[in-house]
Amino acid sequence: MPRDFLWSLPDGHRDLRRKESLLARVHLDGWLLLGLLLLMGSGLFILYSATGGSLDATLGQASRFGLALLGMVVIAQIPPRYMQRWAPAIYGFTLLMLLAVLILGIDAKGAQRWISFGAFRVQPSELMKLALPLMLAAYLSKCHLPPRWKNLFIALALMIIPIGLIAVQPDLGTSILVAGAGLVVLFLAGLSWRLIASFFALALAALPALWMVMHDYQKNRVKTFLNPESDPLGTGWNIIQSKTAIGSGGLHGKGWLEGTQSRLEFLPERHTDFIIAVLAEETGLVGVTLLLTLYMLIIWRGMLIALSVSDTFSRLMASAVILTFFVYVFVNIGMVSGLLPVVGVPLPLVSFGGTSSITLMAGFGILMSIHTHKSMAVG
Amino acid sequence: MTEFRRQIKDPEKESRIFLFRGRLLLFFVVLLMFVLLGRMAYLQVFQYDIYTLRSERNRTSVEAIPPTRGLIYDRQGKLLADNLPSHSLTLTRELTEDVKLVVARICMLLELDAACQETLTERSYQRRRPFEPALLVDQLTEEQIARIAVNRHLLPGVDISAQLLRNYPGGEALSHALGYVGRISEEDMLTLDRRAYSGTHYLGKTGVERFYEDQLHGKVGYRKVETNARGRVIKVVESELPIPGEDLVLYLDAELQQKIYALLDNRKAAVVAIEPKTGGILSLVSSPGYDPNVFIGMLDSTEFNGLRRDPKLPLFDRASRGQYAPGSTIKPMLGIAALENDIVTRDYELLDRGYFQLPNDDRLYRNWKRTGHGTVDLARAIAVSNNTFFYNLAYNLGIDEMSAFMRRFGFGESTALDVNSAREGLMPSREWKKITQKQPWFPGETLSTGIGQGYWLTTPLQLATATAVLANRGEWVQPRFLASRATETGLLPKKVTKQDIQLKDNENWNYIFDAMADVMHGFEGTARFSGRGAQYRIAGKTGTSQVYSLSQEKDTTETELPEHLRDHAVFVGFAPVENPQIALAIVVENAGGGSKVAAPLARQILDFYLTPERLAAKETHRAP
Repeated sequence: MPRDFLWSLPDGHRDLRRKESLLARVHLDGWLLLGLLLLMGSGLFILYSATGGSLDATLGQASRFGLALLGMVVIAQIPPRYMQRWAPAIYGFTLLMLLAVLILGIDAKGAQRWISFGAFRVQPSELMKLALPLMLAAYLSKCHLPPRWKNLFIALALMIIPIGLIAVQPDLGTSILVAGAGLVVLFLAGLSWRLIASFFALALAALPALWMVMHDYQKNRVKTFLNPESDPLGTGWNIIQSKTAIGSGGLHGKGWLEGTQSRLEFLPERHTDFIIAVLAEETGLVGVTLLLTLYMLIIWRGMLIALSVSDTFSRLMASAVILTFFVYVFVNIGMVSGLLPVVGVPLPLVSFGGTSSITLMAGFGILMSIHTHKSMAVG
Repeated sequence: MTEFRRQIKDPEKESRIFLFRGRLLLFFVVLLMFVLLGRMAYLQVFQYDIYTLRSERNRTSVEAIPPTRGLIYDRQGKLLADNLPSHSLTLTRELTEDVKLVVARICMLLELDAACQETLTERSYQRRRPFEPALLVDQLTEEQIARIAVNRHLLPGVDISAQLLRNYPGGEALSHALGYVGRISEEDMLTLDRRAYSGTHYLGKTGVERFYEDQLHGKVGYRKVETNARGRVIKVVESELPIPGEDLVLYLDAELQQKIYALLDNRKAAVVAIEPKTGGILSLVSSPGYDPNVFIGMLDSTEFNGLRRDPKLPLFDRASRGQYAPGSTIKPMLGIAALENDIVTRDYELLDRGYFQLPNDDRLYRNWKRTGHGTVDLARAIAVSNNTFFYNLAYNLGIDEMSAFMRRFGFGESTALDVNSAREGLMPSREWKKITQKQPWFPGETLSTGIGQGYWLTTPLQLATATAVLANRGEWVQPRFLASRATETGLLPKKVTKQDIQLKDNENWNYIFDAMADVMHGFEGTARFSGRGAQYRIAGKTGTSQVYSLSQEKDTTETELPEHLRDHAVFVGFAPVENPQIALAIVVENAGGGSKVAAPLARQILDFYLTPERLAAKETHRAP
């Protein structure tokens, strides 16, 4: 691995920028792009097996990836200052859509998440994963940092409203991701340690209250997480089967397309949230290590980009994008392997599904834009 | 666009905080990534064995393939028990959202009775493996299948599956001979080899079905299959085909059996017919019978209780388990015993004045004809069924020799080779009375034994067997159903545990046969009306089995008694006398004397069985 990638901050004054490579001219980061393409490739490879060898589904996903890549390239061309300027509008619009979902949203698995615009459907909560950090970063970059009480309250209000709206849909997975993005921004903006500590204490105290307002299916998930064997055919089924799939994969796996747990439909949600179990079963620890390495490389590169930029908005936004990406990975794999309760978080760029891929790639578009555009003037 | 209020900023401090916290987060990210990797490694390396086993168990399941039950044929190759494809309705609970609703729809579609909703719901909730279908309704008709098929979309989780069910084309007439298969009960489970019967739902309960259960059942096969989470079979990993049960060919003559059953006309009666040469059971009829097919499928409990409560006891096999006093039918055998023991000679004559008296006893032991038969020899005593002669004979023979000799004819034991749970009857003896009644044997009891009454009990099967041995001139044949199996190996051993009866003078057999022929054809034979006009000679003997001892003195007649206390009519016989093809025993309960009811039945049965072809058959029995 070149020294340049691992240890130097790609701060734009040297290296890529100076070479004025083709990629830099179209505002793309080569390393990040390579990592993402490799990840998408592996995703399609697993997806083909997880859908039971469905070429249709795999090609469908590939075309969604194509669309997402295109989206990323387009967004990368937008200079960060425009993003900063449009942040309140984007945030406000997304918030309105979230409210609309509550009123006109259509049913999907007992949760209202979608809003229809003629032929195509939009999931505003998905958009909020970018809109919220965008808004927070834009707002906080105008404030004195570390934030004062007043700024902090405004920032918290900006966070809590959309998170609350998403949580009542109810979509626990997405609200966790949105909250994660918001908290990353607050933390990096310099939230005082004392406040962080009291926040944790408060959260701990709020747990019983949270339990009261949770839906039955959410409560079941937590109960199942605590003791999956209690109901092996009901709610514990998913976790028992996914652990069985992972464990029986061993070091080398059962071979591509040979996973009995997934092929014989024991593994639930195998092409969406539980897809890592398919990979683990068929390619073993070797495959899992390769995938985790790929994720680590992307996150590492993203973090280096975030650390290398000098203006507040850009560095907060970049960090939010890449750390949200990490939360995706951690929550998903943690849940499938039985470390965390089951929450509906897909494995980024591997799980089947278009919406999250598009938002994720839009995020990477923002990251690349931040990296390749001239840093905004500080202050 | 909102204007943010400008504030004084400290870029240096901001950067310092940001870089520190960013690196801190990166450090945690790396740490957590290693936690994930560690977790995966833990599952995949350290717990590999546990989860491999679990995955393997998930994947495969072993399904039993029940063997096809062996068929049963009669001597002419007529099918007595076969297997018919039957369609049954199953429900997989996991695929049904609202079991009650679906059950209600099934009840409506199949037009089942009012209790249907309850019983089917109960069946739906039987304990079983997830995704294993529960059996709801058996033996669907074509129309019912069509109705279910048309309404499939309204019946999630409902399936129609095919299996083979036992069928008895012969119905009631053959019920007691063949027996039936019934559902394996909890009780059966205790003694059954569960492995051999996995996949089999039925088991022989009585008759031939029970006796040859091991041969008929066959060997269970299995399929190790890969199933998905819904229990659907994806592919067969390995399998072993079941070995079907053996087909059995019986000596039974289904036409004769049907004819006899029809002749009995639902009276409480039993007929056993044996082929003397082989001991093969031509017919074993107990009337009334029952339809063995009702035990297959979902037995209607009201139907079963009806059979159980019927006062005519249709479920009771009178032929092999009914025990009756033989009455006068054993007189020919006693005659043989007396001749062999030189108690009487063929020339011996006795003057019958209508009664017999023991020495030093005033009691009169009366002949059935109050005025007596005058001068009687043994042959005439048999022909007219004289009691006085046999009182005298029994008195001189003594209970010990009588009991011993009658045992040689198979009385007091079950000699049948493959008749399921045949009773032994009772051949009374001095020892028997001492042990069971704790009383000495009285001479008067010897006299009643001498005319086949008193303690002596026989089954129709025993009477028929003894008659066959008599027809064989003492050569023993043990009664049996099985003629051969489809596979040549393992034929029933010709187990001869009984010793042939060898007489000092073989002419005595002919003498007795002639006496028995006189019963049918002689001018004063008790069954002369039944023997009249026969194209062949019949050897027979009528009898009356006392149910209730009428006072010897009072003038009560049979007809004044309530029906269930009236005597049983008994008849034994064989024909043709020169070349016995068939030996018979008939008991008609509460019908009065043997000559009036049983003998005419015998004639009809013999006429039916002894067709010109059978009569023309070469004489095969061994010459004396």
